[in-house]
Amino acid sequence: MSVEDKTGTLLEIDELRVWYELKRLGFAHAGYVRAVDGVSFNLDYGKAIACVGESGCGKSSLMKTVLRLNKPTEGSIRFEGKTINGLKGEALREYRSQIGYIQQDPFGALPSFMTVRQILSEPLAINGIKDEDEQMRRIEAALTEVRLTPVSDIINKHPHMLSGGQQQRIVIARAMILEPKLLVADEPVSMLDASVRVEVLNLLKQLQTDRQLAIFYITHDLSTVRYFSEHIFVMYAGQIVEIAKMDDLLDNPKHPYTHALLSASPDPDHKNALEMREVPPGEPPSLVNPPSGCRFHPRCHFAIAGKCDHEQPPFYDIESEHRVACWLFDPDENHEQP
Amino acid sequence: MRSLLRTVTTQLRHYPSAIVGLFLISLFVVLALSAFFIVPYSEAIEHWRGTEDVVGSNPRNAKPLWSNWFRSEKLPVTLNLSSLNGEGETERVEISEDIFETITTYEFDFAADRYPSELSIIFYADYEEKPPFVEMTWITPDGREIKAGQLSPIARDQFRFSQNDRVIRDLGVATTEEGFFRDPEITDSSEPLKGTYTLVISALHFEENSTIESDFTLFGEVFGWAGTDHRRRDLSVALLWGSPIAMAFGLIAAVSTTASAMIIAAISVWYGGWVDSVIQRVHEVFLTLPFLSILIMIGTFYSRNIWNILGATIILFIFTSGIKGYRALFLQVRELGYIEAAQTYGASNMRIIFRYLIPRAMPLLVPALISLVPTFVFIEATLASFGLGDPVLPTWGKVIDDARSNGAVLNGHYYWMLQPTMLLLLLGIGFTALGTALDNIFNPRLRQI
Repeated sequence: MSVEDKTGTLLEIDELRVWYELKRLGFAHAGYVRAVDGVSFNLDYGKAIACVGESGCGKSSLMKTVLRLNKPTEGSIRFEGKTINGLKGEALREYRSQIGYIQQDPFGALPSFMTVRQILSEPLAINGIKDEDEQMRRIEAALTEVRLTPVSDIINKHPHMLSGGQQQRIVIARAMILEPKLLVADEPVSMLDASVRVEVLNLLKQLQTDRQLAIFYITHDLSTVRYFSEHIFVMYAGQIVEIAKMDDLLDNPKHPYTHALLSASPDPDHKNALEMREVPPGEPPSLVNPPSGCRFHPRCHFAIAGKCDHEQPPFYDIESEHRVACWLFDPDENHEQP
Repeated sequence: MRSLLRTVTTQLRHYPSAIVGLFLISLFVVLALSAFFIVPYSEAIEHWRGTEDVVGSNPRNAKPLWSNWFRSEKLPVTLNLSSLNGEGETERVEISEDIFETITTYEFDFAADRYPSELSIIFYADYEEKPPFVEMTWITPDGREIKAGQLSPIARDQFRFSQNDRVIRDLGVATTEEGFFRDPEITDSSEPLKGTYTLVISALHFEENSTIESDFTLFGEVFGWAGTDHRRRDLSVALLWGSPIAMAFGLIAAVSTTASAMIIAAISVWYGGWVDSVIQRVHEVFLTLPFLSILIMIGTFYSRNIWNILGATIILFIFTSGIKGYRALFLQVRELGYIEAAQTYGASNMRIIFRYLIPRAMPLLVPALISLVPTFVFIEATLASFGLGDPVLPTWGKVIDDARSNGAVLNGHYYWMLQPTMLLLLLGIGFTALGTALDNIFNPRLRQI
């Protein structure tokens, strides 16, 4: 497999909005669920970006829109410079064949009634590779790449005969079999045993460097993001609150919500055993009627009355490639920062 | 697939109901297959039409053989011996150049406690000018010889032994049958003599190429293993042929309705929106339709042909058999990750429905299908017992209809009603028992979804 040295932007997401319409009595309009509300970020060839946020923050909707399982309501998604918002039929299939998808639950992601061979030959057959020898050659290559060897032991098994780690490798092999440019990984290790996690993460890292693969990594677990992401952004209530390089954000968080998220992630230190952690009060907000102004203000200790609850904060550049959407970082004023 | 089959067969052994069900079903399969060999299809249809030359030698409303097991006074069994079928022994004696004699001997055992109702013989003579001359002698087990009659049969000629009143006069008995079977030791003549009887038919031929064949029938009150009906038809033909017809009707209807219901439910779930609404509303309308009345109307006004009725049944049942259940299952399956994955690698809607949704529900299909078979078998029988059975095919339902309309139970012909009903019942039990066991085996797997 030849590694093309491509640079530049692979995926460009601009002011993306994904709204689901709510209906009353089956037809009357009753508002929108603003799952994704104005998200912009870029992803370069061969780079990885991580998206973190708690459940219900819109990260799954964002991911499904990138996979074009959902239609964007507003804004644009450009892949290699081409807008993919309204793709249909053959063009949509062509676009999807350039994206691999790794799901959270490997058992649910594999059809229980098919053998490994059938599972892996499906994407090939659908995308025009019908010759059985060619299929077999590519299946063997894919299984070798995810280190499921000997191939002949695995190929005729059903998913339930494999361990969780093996199942997830099959899912990765299936995502990689069409040689995609972008891999979308939705919490790929959260259902796996701790012992297998590192292996699977290393495998993804390996694929990224070997294949010049861009990875869009979605997780709520901050302990795994450091493995291979160059960039990271934090989502809250359908919006990005902070975007930065991985180390910058983890070592030097700015947004009060990022602080809360980081302090909530478990740290294997015995000193923490008896310590209570500071968690932001309240629940994540409703996406139907999001709070006015900054969406985090009802839960924020630093909220400025009269400001945060009225106006939505713009992005402030802290340093290169580190941007945060919070009034506290308004360079014209001098607020106490977390 | 093979491993699934193996697990199912090993698990089936632990369910007594499955063993019973499989046993009954295989019994019916054997019965259905043997029907084709014992009575070929065209012969069965011909027999069921009931023309005189096919069923003429059968008694009317004769009880089945097994009814004798439950009686202390055994009824005479109908007996047919025919030289056309190679029964009896025939010898040829040359008398002179042109004249010769053939002697046919029929030997049979008689063990009943009542006299047969009639004795008759049909001759088939072939000659040019002068018919052969036939003389019949009746030899009782104790060696008495009775002159039974003499005639010159012309072509096809039936001779009833009761025509010969000389026996009555000579022996001083009430009927010829009494004369032939009476036990002379007993003055009370109500009990026949048991043993081996012989009928000797000697024919004098006056031409070189003259031949004679004979067909002797002893009309009893018991006939075959299933008895006969009011039109002398052998019920075993209908009971035998009812089995493949019932199974074919039940299986074809069950397979096609469950398979189409499953496909419709999958389409309904996958496309959702107005497609789903339309399918669900149509389904709800069909649920309220009185399908039996509709089938009766079709049978009355359009056609009673079993294949037309089968088609109408399938159309009526596609939209009623379990669409909601399959829909509930597919709504669950639709949310599974592998469907989403299939969409991302570009599987078409049809591919998702047929290769991703439906195979997941297959384990549900098998028990549902098996349990549905009796429903359709009973529908066919119900229609037939309303007089809307297929006009030519012998089926269990038609036997029940005949039995009911001829007051079988009131007249003591309980076997007439009992036999087809028992067969229907056993077929129903067989499929239901197997279906229940399969359901127990398959359903825990479905709970994993």
